[in-house]
Amino acid sequence: MIQQLENLLQVSDINVSFGGLKALSNVNLSVPSNRVTAVIGPNGAGKTTLFNVISGFYSADSGSIQYEKMDLLTMPAHSRSKIGISRTFQNIALFPGMSVLENIKLGAHAQLKTNVFSAAIYLGSAAREERAISERIYDRLLNLLELEDYADRSISGLPYGIQKRIELARALAGEPKLLMLDEPFAGMNTAEKANMANHMRQIIERTNITVLLIDHDMESIMSIADSISVLNFGSLIASGTPSEIQKNPAVIDAYLGEE
Amino acid sequence: MNQHTSFLRKKPKLDIFANPNAELVFWCIFAVGLMMVPVFGSAYFLYMACLVCINLVATVGLNITVGYAGLLSIGHSAFLGVGAYASALAFLHMGTPLALNIVIGAVSAFSVGLVFGLPALRIKGVHLAIATLAAQYSLYFIFQQWTSVTGGDRGLSLPKTDILGMGDTGFYYVVAFVALITSIAARNLFRTRIGRSFIAVREKDYAAQVLGINVVGVKLMAFGIGAAYAGIAGALLAAFLRIVNPDQFTLTSSVFFLAAVVVGGRGSILGAMLGAVFMTLMPEILREGISFAMGPEADMASVLSPLREIIFGALIVGFLIFEPRGLVGIVRRIMGHREVVDAGTGH
Amino acid sequence: MNLFLEFSLVGIASGGIYVLSALSFVIVYKATNIFNFATGEMMMFGTYFFYVFDTQLGFGWIVGLAAGLTSAAILAMIIERVLLRPLLGRPHLVLIMVTFGVGSILRGLAGMIWGPTVRQLPEILPRTPIFIGDILLPGKLAWGFVIAGVIAALFMAYYKYSRAGIAIRATATDQITAESLGINIRGVFLLAWALAGVLAAASGIITASVNGVTPQLGLVALNVLAVVMLAGMNSVGGVILAGLFIGWIETVVGAYFGAAWQSFVPYLIVLLVMIVKPSGLFGEEKVERI
Repeated sequence: MIQQLENLLQVSDINVSFGGLKALSNVNLSVPSNRVTAVIGPNGAGKTTLFNVISGFYSADSGSIQYEKMDLLTMPAHSRSKIGISRTFQNIALFPGMSVLENIKLGAHAQLKTNVFSAAIYLGSAAREERAISERIYDRLLNLLELEDYADRSISGLPYGIQKRIELARALAGEPKLLMLDEPFAGMNTAEKANMANHMRQIIERTNITVLLIDHDMESIMSIADSISVLNFGSLIASGTPSEIQKNPAVIDAYLGEE
Repeated sequence: MNQHTSFLRKKPKLDIFANPNAELVFWCIFAVGLMMVPVFGSAYFLYMACLVCINLVATVGLNITVGYAGLLSIGHSAFLGVGAYASALAFLHMGTPLALNIVIGAVSAFSVGLVFGLPALRIKGVHLAIATLAAQYSLYFIFQQWTSVTGGDRGLSLPKTDILGMGDTGFYYVVAFVALITSIAARNLFRTRIGRSFIAVREKDYAAQVLGINVVGVKLMAFGIGAAYAGIAGALLAAFLRIVNPDQFTLTSSVFFLAAVVVGGRGSILGAMLGAVFMTLMPEILREGISFAMGPEADMASVLSPLREIIFGALIVGFLIFEPRGLVGIVRRIMGHREVVDAGTGH
Repeated sequence: MNLFLEFSLVGIASGGIYVLSALSFVIVYKATNIFNFATGEMMMFGTYFFYVFDTQLGFGWIVGLAAGLTSAAILAMIIERVLLRPLLGRPHLVLIMVTFGVGSILRGLAGMIWGPTVRQLPEILPRTPIFIGDILLPGKLAWGFVIAGVIAALFMAYYKYSRAGIAIRATATDQITAESLGINIRGVFLLAWALAGVLAAASGIITASVNGVTPQLGLVALNVLAVVMLAGMNSVGGVILAGLFIGWIETVVGAYFGAAWQSFVPYLIVLLVMIVKPSGLFGEEKVERI
């Protein structure tokens, strides 16, 4: 063994099936702390399914997921944000009924304390908390992601690339330990991809966040991932550093097979 | 480098107000307006003002449930009934003061609301609508049949509440104060994580879950708050009309409150306020219109009650088709206001 | 024991009308995914249509039935085409609120036009009681049940075997695929509503042939909701069993515990189904929990 990194997330022997159809079989995945781990694979390989199991949307038939020595699969989906897991969605899941700032604030929902009574009175603690979270978002996120001009805007009508960044900001607002990005580069042109990768690199540099991301876009992934795992037909077929993966014949096969 | 102060100017807005100062001015004008009613108004005007304020409380509550959280409750008046009966019974049997009666109304309607809402809110879909419709019928039935407690069809009669020896005016001030406080409280919810979680659950519950929102818990809270507001309104109504009987809490009056929410504007506190005013005054204007058209001899009751059903229903349908943002949308357009937030009407 | 049998038969017989109105409900839900809170009012209005043509205009019951059912179908199609069609694509909440509003409008219109008094329908169904062994069944009830059964059977056959029925089923299963196969979805919606109008009116006329019609006739809708919940909202076959069951249990509870308890039966069933099996006994497991 070369160097034993501490794993923030450890996926072990996960099996998921939908009505007899195997979506994931015996998937193992280590997500080391403070690193960027990417999962790639052709469409329908089970990448999003894996994310949905970690998020708690689907339950696994067998296997376990350890997160900071906690058994993740026994926790309800909504309690996973509080322990530092956040994610984005492939098809952008922002709330059009709220402003950009309010959307981002929702990312910190689990960290905020205001209850219904202090909210109704909105003096003292509730107001203070709102001011503090606004300030924090302005200071740390809007700047970084170049969103200052949009804070008070409505979500609908904003360009796709901006919406992707807003969702990223929302995922970061709760200061998570594990950030899961579901196809952050999907649907972007080359310039937008470069811009997104650039933003992500800045985030990774400034914080000691752990990133787990899935995408098809090899080029962008190669530029930011520390290690890559490859899923095909619900099974893990390879994992290693970007350069190892690039040379792996099974991976090349899976990708060429898809074309 | 003045970024620290920039956010202070960018607070969330009350629907149509471009800046928070305008909103503050609005609330002040509203408060002063409420205070001035007894000075300028006749007895009838005062009576209508009380009714408007009571309906306002109930409508604001229903808008939290339906408009903000997207939960369809079609038995709102039954929860008013629970609040009215509970507070009236407390008063008759224990002589509790009005302030306590209001709390009793809120708590009892909240609890009964949860009994009906709990099974339905665990499930996605229309089940809450069915459960609240069932609540409408079965609570009406209880009000009517449990004669030993509710007085059956004759209902309960209450003595006059005198506030600080000011008679009707004193009572009006209580009602107006409660209406103001409950509206501001509702508005405040939507400055915080609580209100955001309601809208998030309405729009994308799966994303809400990932953000750490307990979807079932939030639905229960939104539905419970709506019921509690109804209970407050019910307690006020009991003290105001000094009679509580089953026919005040029919399906038609639930349609009335739903219409008030839709007409005013879903997902907007200002909308609920406008809707309550509009809907309370509309039947009065209607009554005047009919007696003008048909002469004072007209059999008012037989015409008015079906006509109300038609108009309430038509307002719901018409606004949903032609002006889904409700009166707030119209006001906004008149003020030439740019869309700030897609306030829940894509909905 | 004999008494129990008698109550049971009466109950099952009265469940026949629940089956028809529940079918009206389910056909709309299946084809269009709209939860129609105006089903009860469509029932009531269809019955008044019959009353108008038969009694008020004096055409007799044969013409009255034909014209009444046709009018009920047209009314249902107007609701779909004019009020719901423009809202397609909007959230479900909105569509459901519209049906709720429509219910209120129809109740009001009926009150306005025909007033609150009970209007008696002509005596079509024979009054002579029917004896099964030594159990006596009121004639109207028994014949009403038979007619409801025939209509339900005809509907089921139409739904299963006709081209239109197949189109509705295809749409219910997968709208997009159905459309790509060349099925006219909008036509299907319209047809489903028309059928719903006819079924509701038929069930209303049978109900009213016993007790007459008032604007409150539509309030049986809550019992129908209980049927639909118990069966599962998208189960055409299930509502037949569930309808008969609800009719039976209501009558039996009413007979042994008093009419007051009878009124709680539908609600208790709704509540129980939601807690135990929200998709109903025969419904597809479409229910999502969160």
